[in-house]
Amino acid sequence: MNALRHLALLVCAWLMTSAATEPVLVPEVSQRDIQIKYGFTGAELLLFGAIVYPGGTPPSGDNDIVVILKGPPQSIILREKQKIAGIWINAASTEFRSAPGYYAVASSRPIDKIVDERTAAIYEFGLGNLQLSPAGSIDPKEQSRFLSGLVDLNQREGLYKQQEGSVEILEGVLYQARLSIPASVPTGLYTAETFLVRDGQVLAAAVREIEVRKFGFERFVATAAEYQPFFYGVSAVLISLLLGWLGGVVFRKI
Amino acid sequence: MDVYLPIANLSVNGFVIIGLGGLVGILSGMFGVGGGFLTTPLLIFYGIPPTVAAASASTQVTGSSVSGVIAYSRRKGVDYQMGGVLVVGGIFGTFAGAALFRALQQLGQIDTVINIVYVLLLGSIGGIMARESLASVLAMRRGEKLPAKKRRHHPLVANLPLRWRFYRSGLYISPLAPLILGFATGILTILLGVGGGFVMVPAMLYLLGMGAQVVVGTSLFQILFVTLASTMVHSLTTKAVDIVLAVLLLIGSVTGAQIGARFAQKLPPEYLRLLLSVLVLLVALRLGIGLGFRPAEIYSVELLP
Repeated sequence: MNALRHLALLVCAWLMTSAATEPVLVPEVSQRDIQIKYGFTGAELLLFGAIVYPGGTPPSGDNDIVVILKGPPQSIILREKQKIAGIWINAASTEFRSAPGYYAVASSRPIDKIVDERTAAIYEFGLGNLQLSPAGSIDPKEQSRFLSGLVDLNQREGLYKQQEGSVEILEGVLYQARLSIPASVPTGLYTAETFLVRDGQVLAAAVREIEVRKFGFERFVATAAEYQPFFYGVSAVLISLLLGWLGGVVFRKI
Repeated sequence: MDVYLPIANLSVNGFVIIGLGGLVGILSGMFGVGGGFLTTPLLIFYGIPPTVAAASASTQVTGSSVSGVIAYSRRKGVDYQMGGVLVVGGIFGTFAGAALFRALQQLGQIDTVINIVYVLLLGSIGGIMARESLASVLAMRRGEKLPAKKRRHHPLVANLPLRWRFYRSGLYISPLAPLILGFATGILTILLGVGGGFVMVPAMLYLLGMGAQVVVGTSLFQILFVTLASTMVHSLTTKAVDIVLAVLLLIGSVTGAQIGARFAQKLPPEYLRLLLSVLVLLVALRLGIGLGFRPAEIYSVELLP
């Protein structure tokens, strides 16, 4: 609950000093540092915060919140299988220069009710508006087929999510959303962006960063494999020789 | 028990992996094969990326062949000279295999090639083994004795230049033959994560014509060193060896192998071989059918550096 107290203090400080005319977002996340270690099966993040209006009371009308949690952009090659001569093999492929390894969007109401298509595209609201920088020139029809293939695949693996209507707004000033991260997420710096939208206009935006990293033994193993491959290989061999030999010795005595 | 695999980047149920290792261990203890040909496909079915599965399975095979090599060398069941030639060929094979692996990976065809090679190899070897062991089981039932096969090496082997004496194997043949055989199994080890015992043993018996008393020991000797080289090559090139996965598999397989070895003493070898061949054919059939069925995922993602 430290985070909540921290937030309350921030809001108070803001209320005392501000005389601005634009609303401001004060976002917070339940965990700034996600550690992947022994037994990690994923994490649930609470993204919450306050909307601070000039004058303190929310104006009438629909005030909506959109929250986007996004993983580090990755350069990927997406392959598509086709049946050729009775066998399913990778037949076509395309490259994306900046596909987020994780992307989740939550909103207080369906996105198409909050903003028009153009605004949604500009702010990348929704899985249909991801900007992945496809490489090479393939025709738009093929590109959208690959795009929906990627989104579909990652959705089923829990890496891409669209949760419309899952952001709760309390008394018009406090909001919260829950987003889960599966165990297979890539490590790196994540951004949690919060947007305040009214009448189809984005009025305020704020960002918090979250670091997802391997920790302890898992971090040691992953780093060793990447940067000390010779040492890593020798250790792997020695461990397997030792275990194999031990097994033989122990069981001969039983 | 959830365990996070730091190289495969996913979390698995540790007991399932240990159990899987145990199952493979029982079979390898019963039949005297490394069991890699079962580990890799089973890991892939379970959702481990194929490259990590093949790389880590070869690390596991190193461990599960150690105690076998020690036991056979005590009984003088290892022809070190023959084994040495096979290992040298095998190490060159792992290098060639690594280059082939990288080329296929860039083409995006590594998974398909792994599957097709498995189907062809397991199908043909399982078929030959089934026919041969079925004949001997039937003969045993009828109480006849099969005419002992004359031990001879293949004419192709006899035609190779240069000849060495391999005393323990009772052979006078060109070292090029085991060198080439070792090379071929080295490639298989890198691609499939198998020790290659199921290819090596029949090849030693029917191509080289080695004496049966040194075949299994020498094959294990070669497997030990070639999977060791394969782990090193994978660590240095694909970086796909998951040590946590390998240790889980080893805990299961080392235990399973001892149980399997006890089972094996209770069954006549003819039945054991028939059982093994049925098992090999079933794996081949499952993989073969899998090639033609629409896969669960049409799309796959690969990270670019």
